[in-house]
Amino acid sequence: MSINPDLIKFIFGRLTWDALPLDEPILLVTFAFVAIGGIAVLGAVTYFRWWNYLWREWFTSVDHKRIGVMYVILGVVMLLRGFADALMMRAQQALSFGASHGYLPPHHYDQVFTAHGVIMIFFVAMPLVTGLMNLVVPLQIGARDVAFPFLNNFSFWMTVGGAVLVMISLFVGEFARTGWLAYPPLSNLAYSPDVGVDYYIWSLQVAGVGTLLSGVNMVATIVKLRAPGMTLMRMPIFTWTALCTNVLIVAAFPVLTAVLALLALDRYVGTDFFVNDFGGNAMMYVNLIWIWGHPEVYILILPAFGVFSEVVSTFCGKRLFGYTSMVYAIVVITILAYIVWLHHFFTMGSGASVNAFFGITTMIISVPTGAKIFNWLFTMYRGRIRFELPMMWTIAFIITFVIGGMTGVLLAVPPADFVLHNSLFLVAHFHNVIIGGVVFGMFAGINYWFPKAFGYTLDVFWGKMSFWFWVVGFYVAFMPLYVLGLMGVTRRVSHFDDGSLRIWFLIAAAGAALILCGILSFLVQLAVSFLKREELRDLTGDPWNGRTLEWATSSPPPAYNFAFTPLVHGPDAWWDMKQNGYVRPTSGFRPIHMPKNTGAGLILAAFATVTGFGLIWQIWWLAALGFVALIVGAITHTFNYDRDFHVPVDDVTHVEDQRTKALGSLA
Amino acid sequence: MSIVREIAARDLAPTRFYLTEDHHAENGTMLGFWLYLMSDCLIFAVLFATYGVLGRNYAAGPSGADLFELPVVAVNTSMLLFSSITYGFAVLSMQKNRVNATLGWLAVTGLFGAAFVGLELSEFSHLIQEGATPQRSAFLSSFFTLVGTHGLHVTCGIIWMVTLMAQVARHGLSVANKRRLMCLSMFWHFLDVVWIGVFSFVYLMGVLR
Repeated sequence: MSINPDLIKFIFGRLTWDALPLDEPILLVTFAFVAIGGIAVLGAVTYFRWWNYLWREWFTSVDHKRIGVMYVILGVVMLLRGFADALMMRAQQALSFGASHGYLPPHHYDQVFTAHGVIMIFFVAMPLVTGLMNLVVPLQIGARDVAFPFLNNFSFWMTVGGAVLVMISLFVGEFARTGWLAYPPLSNLAYSPDVGVDYYIWSLQVAGVGTLLSGVNMVATIVKLRAPGMTLMRMPIFTWTALCTNVLIVAAFPVLTAVLALLALDRYVGTDFFVNDFGGNAMMYVNLIWIWGHPEVYILILPAFGVFSEVVSTFCGKRLFGYTSMVYAIVVITILAYIVWLHHFFTMGSGASVNAFFGITTMIISVPTGAKIFNWLFTMYRGRIRFELPMMWTIAFIITFVIGGMTGVLLAVPPADFVLHNSLFLVAHFHNVIIGGVVFGMFAGINYWFPKAFGYTLDVFWGKMSFWFWVVGFYVAFMPLYVLGLMGVTRRVSHFDDGSLRIWFLIAAAGAALILCGILSFLVQLAVSFLKREELRDLTGDPWNGRTLEWATSSPPPAYNFAFTPLVHGPDAWWDMKQNGYVRPTSGFRPIHMPKNTGAGLILAAFATVTGFGLIWQIWWLAALGFVALIVGAITHTFNYDRDFHVPVDDVTHVEDQRTKALGSLA
Repeated sequence: MSIVREIAARDLAPTRFYLTEDHHAENGTMLGFWLYLMSDCLIFAVLFATYGVLGRNYAAGPSGADLFELPVVAVNTSMLLFSSITYGFAVLSMQKNRVNATLGWLAVTGLFGAAFVGLELSEFSHLIQEGATPQRSAFLSSFFTLVGTHGLHVTCGIIWMVTLMAQVARHGLSVANKRRLMCLSMFWHFLDVVWIGVFSFVYLMGVLR
């Protein structure tokens, strides 16, 4: 029996059996593990009848705290995938010398480093940062939720949709082989005719919509929903960094959306934006993508700065030194983030004057950043420092980030950059600031706020294991790359001929193994803490003797956060309350106005993801169907006016009485 | 807002740490929509910049001076400008709580918008028939993308308008519907402003070249 090939082409587009990597044992084994793990998880959820609970209480939740937790879980899961890529690269580069070509063919190695970069930035760092902001900011400003709770849920699921597309690319077809920014002409149809770049484009477009909307949401939340009395200069520093980060998101992500749309037009419609002939200009792409890309690194690092500020002042028992200068430093960094993008391509022929301008603006950024470092140090000076886990991460950050910052200033000098660009020195530099800054910051933040989210602290022993493995592993893994970079080794190379380089790659591989131990210790820390949760339970809601409003409510906080809206008299509002004889109200509760849960966000994001899959494989009917469903679904959702309700007084009283009892049991 | 100012100004002695009465936070929808519009504005900024860089790369193909027919564009522009005025009338009627007048003006606005999109599509098909396709040169790629993105926005605005008309007809001029009408109003006027940029930067300057 023969089937009409045109019909098959219509139904499946470019998708054929060849898209499945049946001839690649590494991928097959990975797939087997993922499939078995996935079936085990789904089976457990079904067996324990958790579906209903998960759907009602988590997936459809518009509660900013739960969405924040889900973002962090997404970030940690994707960290495992992104780090597996890192291990594969380190192993390949340690093995592939002289006659040996390692175990990864070049076309696979190129996908691995592209996927590593894309996943670590978009699906690890971004969800972790967004998750912490979601969890903490509304609590810190004394609000009941974010400004647009439904949008928050939708944004989260769009981010998941993007991550799902990247994960599908591992087993169906392939990912881009272009590097994490997909420069044309390499990413054009002529040189990347397969689906890799299309996976890249549509996963980032789907996730990018989510990020942009959550940026709009957070800015509106911080501007409009602060508790009475909380003027801008009384906002906690983490909230300040969240505000600036989200302003950056709103002002940078549209550029990414637009430039990826232009690349997609080149690939799908045959336009001439970035091609080599018909008047196209690939440099336009490089400029535009970095106009998004440079602010992006500040989007990631600013919230980490905020975490460190909160941690330092809490664990030193002092007001943050130089609050005002800290705020100005954050704002100046926000502005400067937009006028440095060209330092990513000094060598692409812009001329001496242009390079000089961008070199100088880049160096200027180290001034406000240095001011922040001094503020943290002066806060510690003569403070009673408690070396809890968040504080340990902060100290590791200060040391590591200063080293990374100095190599950054080296790279900002255009003549030096001509020597070092595209080398492993650059790779070492940005890992130095992203791991030393963002990753350490996220671990500090997770250890700091975990008790707020779940009501028990994290296990200290495994936390210290994770800490030392990570910090030592980082230095062992990346200091050799500085050396190699200075020797002139370029990045993204899967095979070397010069055997004298090998020792450095072996050391770096050992460092990656240490970091692996750090990640595993972190997972063990989560598991052990869960098992010992009764022992680690914190009933006070304020385990660290905190200073800001999130510690004023119970852990985990009730859905409505605060039974009565707090009044703020200065920065460190909760500290003021504790110093001035605040008595927790135990009666006089009133009904509380809250948004209703909805499944619309998940469903719409699923339609968007299906549309993306259809576009990637050119299954046009599927893309059209998904898109129409998305539009019709969104319109239908607007016909639902019944979106909020009042928590009855009895419920509020019941919840608050429980807390009164719990606090009483401590006394 | 008043209580915020009061406390900020006098900094009451810190004896009261919470509000015992209900606290109604301000609605952030208008601000949020403004933020969205500004992010959308940046998408147009990227497309304008791309047109600015690539707009003279004709690749030995036709230029703006060869292709643009200003009388058609003038009619098109006036359609959009009239639609902004009629949307203004719709908002005035909304403020007087006249449901039918509001719906009527919205319908007129939608028709003007549809006329705009229709004229633009006929212009596009005319260009493509002449061989001036988006694939022909980087100039035409950036032209079609910039103008087409604007047209796509107007189309979305029309779909939104029809949706809102159904909602106003069903639920009247409720607080939520008024807020939605104001958001669409900002969107619609924003597209008008962008079109002024397109008209001047693409068409007028294109004919001069």
